[in-house]
Amino acid sequence: MRASDLLHPRPEGLYCPPGDFFIDPVRPVDRALITHGHSDHARSGHRSVLATQQTLDIMALRYGEDFAGTTQAAPLGETIALNDVSVSFHPAGHVLGSAQISVEHQGTRIVASGDYKRQKDATCAPFEPIRCDVFITEATFGLPVFRHPPDTEEIARLLKSAAQFPERSHLVGAYALGKAQRVMRLLRDAGYDRPLYIHGALARLSEYYQSQGIDLGVLEPATVEGGKDDFAGAIVVGPPSAFADRWARRFPDPISCFASGWMRIRQRAKQGSVELPLIISDHADWDELTATIKETGAEEIWVTHGREEALVRWCELEGIAARPLHLVGYEDEGD
Amino acid sequence: MNRFAELLDRLVLTPSRNGKLTLLVDYFRTVEDPDRGLALAAITGDLTIAAVKPAMLRMLVTERMDPVLFGYSYDYVGDLAETVSLVWPRTPGKIPNREPTLGKVVAKLQAASRSDGPKVLASLLDSAGISARFAIIKLVTGGLRIGVSARLAKQALADFGKVDVAEIEELWHGLSPPYTALFAWLEGKAEKPRNTAMALFRPVMLSNPVGDGDLEKLDPADYAAEWKWDGIRVQAVAEGGIRRLYSRTGDDVSGAFPDLADAMHFSATLDGELLVGDPREATGTFSDLQQRLNRKTVTPKMQQQYPAFMRCYDLLQLGDEDLRALPFRERRGRLETFVKTLDPGRFDLSPFVAFKDWQALENLRRAPPHPIIEGVMLKRWDSPYVAGRPKGPWFKWKRDPHTVDAVLMYAQRGHGKRSSFYSDYTFGVWSGAEGEEELVPVGKAYFGFTDEELKQIDKYVRDNTVERFGPVRSVRADRDNGLVLEVAFEGLNRSTRHKSGVAMRFPRISRLRWDKPANEADRIETLQALLDR
Repeated sequence: MRASDLLHPRPEGLYCPPGDFFIDPVRPVDRALITHGHSDHARSGHRSVLATQQTLDIMALRYGEDFAGTTQAAPLGETIALNDVSVSFHPAGHVLGSAQISVEHQGTRIVASGDYKRQKDATCAPFEPIRCDVFITEATFGLPVFRHPPDTEEIARLLKSAAQFPERSHLVGAYALGKAQRVMRLLRDAGYDRPLYIHGALARLSEYYQSQGIDLGVLEPATVEGGKDDFAGAIVVGPPSAFADRWARRFPDPISCFASGWMRIRQRAKQGSVELPLIISDHADWDELTATIKETGAEEIWVTHGREEALVRWCELEGIAARPLHLVGYEDEGD
Repeated sequence: MNRFAELLDRLVLTPSRNGKLTLLVDYFRTVEDPDRGLALAAITGDLTIAAVKPAMLRMLVTERMDPVLFGYSYDYVGDLAETVSLVWPRTPGKIPNREPTLGKVVAKLQAASRSDGPKVLASLLDSAGISARFAIIKLVTGGLRIGVSARLAKQALADFGKVDVAEIEELWHGLSPPYTALFAWLEGKAEKPRNTAMALFRPVMLSNPVGDGDLEKLDPADYAAEWKWDGIRVQAVAEGGIRRLYSRTGDDVSGAFPDLADAMHFSATLDGELLVGDPREATGTFSDLQQRLNRKTVTPKMQQQYPAFMRCYDLLQLGDEDLRALPFRERRGRLETFVKTLDPGRFDLSPFVAFKDWQALENLRRAPPHPIIEGVMLKRWDSPYVAGRPKGPWFKWKRDPHTVDAVLMYAQRGHGKRSSFYSDYTFGVWSGAEGEEELVPVGKAYFGFTDEELKQIDKYVRDNTVERFGPVRSVRADRDNGLVLEVAFEGLNRSTRHKSGVAMRFPRISRLRWDKPANEADRIETLQALLDR
């Protein structure tokens, strides 16, 4: 059968006709397979949801226990039959619980990567390359300019700055699911053992990470008690939007930091008034994308959300068939 | 190289002066010679490296990667140096164990001939990581643009060595990269370097503004008064055949004013104001002076149309004699005699303003006889010439600022302590025919208000936002809605860069006019009238 008969875009999301399910649908559907818990991929209101246990847990934390009619946990690596279609989930290395979804039918296997990265991350299981005929890759950072440095170097710069400016607080903008916990864990791995102060939006997810055995150390709410001096020298983690907000006024002469792959571009940092950009991304950079495409051995690559044209061009130069897959409704919340 | 690259990256994104100083001082403390001295030279613009043109850079990179992918990348990033630093392919096997030091990079670049320059650059880029590549490209394309002036770099040196910045300025022009002797002295490991070079800068003496009640405590008989000319404070030094014009922070500006430098047939150090025109006939306005500023080269026509001259305030050195310890009265006497020996088309004496009491001087200050006068200077007759801004001997008493009522148009978030406040304001005045009025931006200001007023404006901005562009908000401003700001400024320049055709000098918010309807704010004609004066 043709690959596009097995999976193709519909307004609701990526649809599999023989299995009658959608992957990461952006509108409520009967049956949804969800790659990971970021809100543009994992929405509430589906009749049934199949995802990893951790993704289901995260969705319940974000949307409430009744986020879907029924749920089913997909153990990693196990094959589940949906009609005649064999489906399996494999680690994507993006955030806790994130998975690629392999869809196989009549000898054709397509792997939808969801969002993924290849850099080591102590807060989630590492990406596993799956041999397939068609690989659907994300392309958030699908340009040769995106080359993420080792995350340990970035954290070292944060700690150096904290030592250089002990009278100021460092506000680290990081998305609430995944990035924030990864940053905290990196700080711990670098030997930082003082309490970390967190914005309220991070509390429940961070607690969940800790319950899954990911040690983030002592986390304290970034609330004012004794005045501004409380936070002199502190590292505060919160969602990026909070730092432009009046919320940030409680901190003494803060240095705004932002942990994101976008921080690779200086103009992005300038525009956001970021003083200390930390290039820490949960998405694959250019080198990871191209290496992964080769590893899957796929004869055909479908490129989705991001800068499709450059990755398609690269595939052409490598003699691999490739085309953009236009899916609507995805933002880059994950970075 | 990485530490230098990291320093550049931090400096460019650090808005506060103190933050920049901390970063520079830490760098000087932790980096060894000659790298720190070369970094300093790169920042102050004293490092000479043969330049590489942008077209060459683009050619080098497209020889190494698909031009289509480079095109996508460049379109996205928008900055050539940055794009090349990011996409430069790493060749396996060419990656060295250690990245080159700044010293090695500079040595290789300086040794490269014009023809093998690109090849040397390419091999350096092969050996470096992303940040270091960016720094290398910045070095060879000239102009770091990191928001650090030579003056700030010198202040950082002073902080590093815990000495007065005047000491650094006085030494500066006798030193050259990598400044090893200077750093040794600042670290207390060696004696202060001796100045043997000719025609060195001498740190200038500055004045304090007259504050409320200051004058009542002073006796008019103790002070001389002069007009405060609104040109450029310069120091003219000629010694042993070397002639230099320095700005008041010690930057050598001789190149921009060859006409004046050519007339320095003397052996002395003069303090004065650089102006344009012919002092025997007419002094040019600030707009005329502007024609001569910020130019790398000056055409003969420009020199003829706007000749530079110096209005002399003080004499610091005459031949071998250092006059700085003498009282002003005595120095002034020597100056008057000396100026008579100079080319009268290029040098004249700043005249005294006679006054009998402070009230009489106040009247003169308010109505100066020439548009380029911005007030009066008071100098104690017995004051020696000392570097810096000592309190007491010299005062500046400025003409009152101009004010205009303008409407707030855009607000931008500040930095550091103000990063959650909309604290930088662009304001405009009305233009266009009746019934079709629209606001044209005339300036931007980010101080002049109290913390309490800042909170009020911030709230106003958040409540009246029309559009958002990154950190900037466009604020509702039309005939019926808008916040009127009284803006004070020192003067106006013609500007071709601004739609309004004017640019304000030193604008600040002097009052919030919550009471004033937006349609009663000033019109552009009010400002244009100031220009034509």
